[in-house]
Amino acid sequence: MADKKSDVVTSAGSAVSRPDRLQNPGFEPEHKRVQDESPERARGAERGISLLFALSGILSAAAFTLNFVFPIVPGDLMSTRYNNMFVGLAIAAGLLCLGVGAVHWAKALMHGHDLVEERHGTRGDDATRARAVEIFQEANKESGWTRRRLLRNSLIGALVAIPIPAVALFRDLAPSNRPEDVLGFTKWEKGVRLTRDPNGVPIKASDVTIGSAFHVIPENIIGLEEGFLNEKAKAAVLVMRLPLDALNEAEDRKGWSYDGIVAYSKICTHVGCPVALYEQQTHHLLCPCHQSQFDVSNHCAVIFGPAARPLPQLPITIDAEGYLVAQSDFLEPVGPSYWERLR
Amino acid sequence: MSVATQKKSTAPTSTGAGMRFVGGVSNYIDERTSISGAVKFLGRKIFPDHWSFMLGEIALYSFIAILLSGTFLTFFYDPSMVEVHYDGSYVPLKGIHMSAAYSSTLNLTFDIRGGLLMRQVHHWAALLFVASIGLHMLRVFFTGAFRKPREINWVIGFVLFILARAEGFTGYSLPDDLLSGNGLRIIDGMIKAVPGMGTWISYLLFGGEFPGNDVIPRLYVLHIMLLPALVIALIAIHMVLLIINKHTQFAGPGRTNDNVVGAPILPVFAAKAGGFFFLVFGIIMLIASLFTINPIWNYGPYDPSPVSAGTQPDWYIGFADGMLRLMPPGLEFVINGYTLSLNLLIPIVVLMLFIVIVMVYPFIEAWVTGDKREHHIAERPRNQPTRTAIGAAGVTFYAVLWAGAASDLIATHFRTTIEGVIHALQVMLIVAPIAAFWMAKKIALALQRKDRELVLHGYESSRIVRLPGGEYREIHTPLDEFEQWKLVSFDEYAPAQLRPDARGKISVGARMRASVSRFYFEDRIAPVVAKELESSKH
Repeated sequence: MADKKSDVVTSAGSAVSRPDRLQNPGFEPEHKRVQDESPERARGAERGISLLFALSGILSAAAFTLNFVFPIVPGDLMSTRYNNMFVGLAIAAGLLCLGVGAVHWAKALMHGHDLVEERHGTRGDDATRARAVEIFQEANKESGWTRRRLLRNSLIGALVAIPIPAVALFRDLAPSNRPEDVLGFTKWEKGVRLTRDPNGVPIKASDVTIGSAFHVIPENIIGLEEGFLNEKAKAAVLVMRLPLDALNEAEDRKGWSYDGIVAYSKICTHVGCPVALYEQQTHHLLCPCHQSQFDVSNHCAVIFGPAARPLPQLPITIDAEGYLVAQSDFLEPVGPSYWERLR
Repeated sequence: MSVATQKKSTAPTSTGAGMRFVGGVSNYIDERTSISGAVKFLGRKIFPDHWSFMLGEIALYSFIAILLSGTFLTFFYDPSMVEVHYDGSYVPLKGIHMSAAYSSTLNLTFDIRGGLLMRQVHHWAALLFVASIGLHMLRVFFTGAFRKPREINWVIGFVLFILARAEGFTGYSLPDDLLSGNGLRIIDGMIKAVPGMGTWISYLLFGGEFPGNDVIPRLYVLHIMLLPALVIALIAIHMVLLIINKHTQFAGPGRTNDNVVGAPILPVFAAKAGGFFFLVFGIIMLIASLFTINPIWNYGPYDPSPVSAGTQPDWYIGFADGMLRLMPPGLEFVINGYTLSLNLLIPIVVLMLFIVIVMVYPFIEAWVTGDKREHHIAERPRNQPTRTAIGAAGVTFYAVLWAGAASDLIATHFRTTIEGVIHALQVMLIVAPIAAFWMAKKIALALQRKDRELVLHGYESSRIVRLPGGEYREIHTPLDEFEQWKLVSFDEYAPAQLRPDARGKISVGARMRASVSRFYFEDRIAPVVAKELESSKH
């Protein structure tokens, strides 16, 4: 700042300077356009451009009129389509005629030679810079900005503190409870029936034939007025029946399935997409978003893709009428991982 | 201040009634705004001409198309997640439960005159906006137009690029259809992976659990107020700096670092740019009237359970989605009871690093060259082989990530396994940028050699003559001096010499700079100098 001397001669760094480099030959001789030479051609161009502008006006009016030629008829989807297409094409043609005309005018008829403007360095000139420094110094002297340090520092402190109330204000963007109190639980509980998504028909164990897969939601969220999608986003489940010899169950989960019928969370443990694709021959589940694959015969262990954890299993059994029911909620949070997941 | 303001009309001497009216109005305005100063300052400013300079213009004009069509859409769209029964024209969805946002989008699509057209204009223009910003940035990068004094404008442009993507993503989510809902779900999953804060950020953003009832109105406010305000403000600063710095120009006869050669704003540039605005708008309109984009009525309302195979985000989000797909399995750890999802954190960090490098690149190169001069001549990419190669590597890295977002479609189209595609892309993500770097550098150097050859020996004329001694030789036509100048006028750098500083020490920074400088400028082709040209003639 206080640097009085002008340093307009700036360093070229590691640029190579060659004294014997070739010299700029100066401007090329101007090329004449046909319109410059022949008044006839210039008049032709003028007529052509005027025609384009006139056409543009006509097309804009046509776009207006086409709304009545191709009106939108309620209930008739084709009418929407034709309205979109013909009105759009007329507007587009009007815009293009105007654009082509203006550009053509500039290129064919307006002054055609390059003009030259000098550049001056971007930095302010020395006198201006010196005056700017002086202004800051005067302002400093008149306000005592550097001299009265206590004043300055307390002001900076106060300014830093100003946004603090916002932290509290923004807290109510979300409900008052803590996210980890709700994220880890779903509506599944002991005795809740497994029903088909979306019609809510309960599923009998005998309906689930080998090789079939059911998209399932808990019976107790059907018709929920408040937060239906929130609950569905956590509780969605896939139910599949595997041949008993294809199912490798861990000792502590032996009682979680019913006669080869298993239920797993449908929400991917990667970023939460629905793991909706079931390959019945290999018993693999595939997430269509990022291609994570889970092996249903081995407790949905990850066999490919970016997901890191198996899909959580829902313990199920049947009730007295033979309908599939949950034994409890999931024993771990479903869906994508989060920091406090296991706390 | 000005004494001369008492003088009467400054209108030209023309006596026609029209001219008198124009003169009167001009005088009226100027006496209240001193606008004549602005006309004097801007009216004859020179803009150089090159097709690649239009890329930024396309971005600007498509943004105007976005503003116009978007304003129309706000008149009919209802940013609410209140549940309604659909009762519009589209029969397959009649009676279905959905949010008011989705229902109003369907209504404005099918029942509002021009609604579908404006939706498609808005979406196509948004895609073009992001694409043209990206291409504009590549043009600036590969021609070195980010060098002093334009580094700050590069950073502003970069922030605009990020804001454009943010605008795109928030807008994409607003119809609350199945596809965009899944997009939000993925964002929610990524946010939740941020250690310590992620769960809370997601909770506050969605107003509770995903999907909640708040996210659409909140995104709407961001989409139509906060982000556009920032975009407009930054575009204004971008333009002001463009005027202060004046536009770069390519080397050519008569063009120097100290002048600008081209067309003045009034009338030629104004006519060309104004016409070009209508061309860009016209082409957007043409595409919008002929090609469907984002047919949300096919997807249905958002529901966390269904999803269709082959889902794709809008093109500009693809690279981030691809990065998620290319992560190898098993990258999640539990430390002291806290879950650390590296399968999401690594993509987030790598992408951040990638874009931060893009943002600070002008400063890196300025540090390497140590060149403090102003540069107003746009370079031909071949004349900075290492920068061009770095750019090629970056583009390739981006392209592999983007291909990753289509891994499932690549697998189905080419009838190969998804695992094979992913593994191939994982290898390519590392190998392809290196290969692209090497190839681009070789090609740039080869093109420079070709330029030297042309300057020294001219074009092959395909005229073969037999010399008196029986030797056959092809006659070469020499270049004229104007053509020559385009090929020889470029900045050349040598690797920085490692020298002890004033205290006789070599600092770590100097050592680093010397080795990076060697990496940049070790392989280089010098421009033809006068003596060489002279001796080549004999």
